[in-house]
This record gives sequence, structure tokens and C-alpha cells, in this order.
Amino acid sequence: MTGTAAKQHFALFARHPHLAYLDNAASTQTPQAVVGAMASYYTGYRANIHRGVYELSALATGRYENARGALARFINASADEIIFTSGTTAGLNWLALRLTQKFTSRDNVVLTRLEHHANLVPWQQAAKERGFSLRFVELTPGYEIDLASARTLIDENTKVVGFALVSNTLGTISPARELIALAHERGALTIVDAAQAAAHLPLDVRDLEADFVAFSGHKMYGPTGSGVLFGRREHLRRLEPLFYGGEMVSHVTYETAEWAGIPERFEAGTPAIAEAIGLGAAAEFITGLDLAAIRAHETRLTEYALEKVGKEVKIIGPADISRRTGVVSFVIKGAHPHDIADILDKHGVVVRAGHHCTMPLMRYLGLTGATRASLGVYSTAEDIDRLVEGVRYAKKVLCA
Amino acid sequence: MRLELPHSEIEAVYKEMILELFRHPLNKKIPKRYDVKRRGLNPSCGDEIEVMIAWEEGKLSDIGHQGQGCAISQAAASLITDYVKGKTATEILSITNTDMINMLGIPVSYTRIKCALLCLSTIQDALT
Repeated sequence: MTGTAAKQHFALFARHPHLAYLDNAASTQTPQAVVGAMASYYTGYRANIHRGVYELSALATGRYENARGALARFINASADEIIFTSGTTAGLNWLALRLTQKFTSRDNVVLTRLEHHANLVPWQQAAKERGFSLRFVELTPGYEIDLASARTLIDENTKVVGFALVSNTLGTISPARELIALAHERGALTIVDAAQAAAHLPLDVRDLEADFVAFSGHKMYGPTGSGVLFGRREHLRRLEPLFYGGEMVSHVTYETAEWAGIPERFEAGTPAIAEAIGLGAAAEFITGLDLAAIRAHETRLTEYALEKVGKEVKIIGPADISRRTGVVSFVIKGAHPHDIADILDKHGVVVRAGHHCTMPLMRYLGLTGATRASLGVYSTAEDIDRLVEGVRYAKKVLCA
Repeated sequence: MRLELPHSEIEAVYKEMILELFRHPLNKKIPKRYDVKRRGLNPSCGDEIEVMIAWEEGKLSDIGHQGQGCAISQAAASLITDYVKGKTATEILSITNTDMINMLGIPVSYTRIKCALLCLSTIQDALT
């Protein structure tokens, strides 16, 4: 169930039937199943989890842990490898702080040129403190990850290789298997920023052999302020928590404390319970629609968008449809992205404009910004037609 | 979210005066001589502006700006750089954000306010 048929799951589209919502890479809309799951926690069994002996608390705990199970199934992990976070940014920050504690000036961390600020700035800060160096895998002229560059950069001193599975600016799908194999050959850990992949591509962490995978709820039809950090069990067992407090301990004296098992030790304090339950419902919603069908739908539409919009603008991203998702960034000579997005908004077409939290990538590509249309399961050919019409009008106004 | 607005509403923002200043900005130059130079950044879009100011007898005698920007920021830069000519530092520092918006004479939405104010705030920064 995709396109117009999928829209019926989202109350927003009943209220705004003519809205062409093409900013899914920033945040997706929320289906009724997710809103309902969260509401039922608040109205039906609201209580704190893991503590109360009473029935309500047991019910809330059960639903919270069921959500963890749903997320584990969603990415083919075990439930104890799923840490609930506030989003991708939180997961990546934790890794950048905790994994690098013993890194020295001899060590390096390899990222790519297309990273979102969330997978760049935490590593920059850690590098400044610990003295290790950062390296960046170059892109090909076709906006893809240059594996030859990765082979040169990943060496015996590489401790971590981190990369976006899908670029939030270019739509590029990274050659994850190859990058992970290169990293593992050199004994480096791998971190996959899957924020732009979770709702669009089937994700199997076992098959990928990734050590860590982070993603956000609000980009996969789930609530804001929710997310997951997956870590392989053997890594999680030897990692220090980031926060200390209630829930994450097994035994405490005035002098010291022992940590609870995984993943509890990484979830100090009362978590975002409703959001976790909502995220579990989002994972089930996506699975129910079938990720392969979603991918096929979005691929068809991306092809259509590249063809139609491509006649009007310069596309910034891979041309090969099998190597990209429905994140379609473009520039128009003589027209500023903010003006284009503003005019499109007034046409009922919602897109993003600017640097998309990838300022270094923009500079690397010689751009100050771009306009980005990004697809979701409910996107339709009519949305693309409206985009094209809006772009034509923007060109008429701005480039006359 | 402004849905399904008629083209006249688009034209309210992108009116000919704004577009004319976008295509042919005023004072987009590097003055032959200047006393102070300041960069300004709009973090929401990554746009950068640079202003160069020359003083003579306590008054701003010449000003130029450089950089890329959207129609609103370029029009605002054109208008404000003209407006500050011949004024003292005190006079320039007393220009308010509302003055700038009024000068543009268009409805400026919340997300575009930074575009409209970037040049003014950079000029005022350069004076402090």
C-alpha cells in the first residue's frame, strides 16, 4: 500500500489533501497507528516502567519492551542490542565520546565527505580532545563514495569507520558492505548512520555486519525525540554508559555502583516511554506496508522526478537509480534555494532549502546551498507534477 | 504552511522592486578605500555576506557588500547600504529590525527574517 492509498493512514493529509509534502528526509508524517499507540499509553496504562509492582506499571513495561522487540525484528538484531535514544544524533555522540576514550595521536577515524553534521561534529570534538586524526573518503564526480579513496585512507591505525548509509543531501546509497569489509580487514569498528535509510531501504544489521547502527524515529513515521542505537552484543558489553543514574544500575553503595546488564545500563533515568512505544508501532507500520514495496514505489517515483525535474534544474546526486534513494536535491542557476522553497511553499509544495546540515559537503561541491525534495511512502506522481509546476513558476519569477 | 495561495500572494513577496534589487544589487562592490570589514553568516542557509565601510569626518562615506544570497537578503543589503550612507555610527546603530522590514515593504515570514536582517546586523556588528 503506497502512494495515495498510504495517505489514508495519515490524518494530516485528510486536513491538507492538496499538500505535496516532499520534506521526508527532514521528518516524515505520523500514521494513526503510531499516534494511537502513544495515546493508548497515556490514556490506558500510563505508569513508569521497570519499577512498579502494580499491574499498570507491568503493562507499561511490557509494551515498552515489546517495542524494543519490534525494533530488533525491524533490523534483524536481538532485543538486548537495541538501545532507545532520543535520535541518531544522540547515538552518534555517545559513540564518538565512548569509543575514542583511549585513542591516541597515532589513531585515525575515517568518515566520508557526505556526512551530516551529526556524524561529523561529534568526531571533530573528540579528535580535538584526544588528538586522533579524521580522514574523509572522497566522492566520485557522480556523487558516489569513492572506494579507491576508502582503500587508501583506511589503514592499520584506523580505529573507526563511520558513514551515512544514505546521504541526506545527495540521496547516495553508500557501498556499505565494501566499506565495512575494508574496515574489518584493518580491525576498525564500523558505525552506520542509517537515519535516511530506515524508512526507505530494508535494513539487516546481521547481513550488513555493522558494529553499530543509529537511526531516528521521526524519519521513519515515528515520534520525534525517539531513536535507536544498535550495537553488537560483544561491543555493548564492554562499553561504558554515557549517563549514570536510576534504572542503569544493579547494585549501589555510597562508594560505588555496578551496572545493570545490556541494554538497561545505557538507558539511565525514565526513558521516553510513549515515544518508544510509538517507534515500535512505526516499525510495525513499515513492515506491514512492506519495505520492498516501499523501495519499489519510491524508486519509480524518483525515476519520474529525476526525469521531470531534471529538465528544469541541475540535479545534485547520482543518476543511477539503483544507487540512490528519493532524496532529490537540485540547483537553479541564478535562483537562491530559499527563494525557490518559499515560492514552492506558496504552491503547496513543501521542500527543504539550504545546506541540509552538510555545510562542508556543500563547500566540497562548490555550492552554497541546494533545494531538496525528498519522497516518502505516501508520495505520488501528482506531488512531483506539482513540484515541477512550482519550479517552472519559480524560474519565471526569479530568473526572468 | 501556506497552502494553495494565489499567485498574487507570491507576487506580494517577490514584487518587482525586490526582484530588480536581487538581479541588480546596489553597492555590491569593494570600495576603493575602506576602514572596516566584517563578515556575517546566516546559519540557517549558509549564506555569507561581507561588508566594507569607509568613514569620513564621523560619517559613513562609502559602503560595499559581497557574497551570495537570496532575493530578500540581496534586496535588503541593497536598501540598507544605501540608507546608511552619510549617517553617523550612532544613527546607524539606532536602526531597528522593524525599520529594515519596513524598508523592504513586503511580508517577511519567520523563517526569512534572518535573510532580511543579515546585512543590517553585519553593518551594526562592524561598528561595535
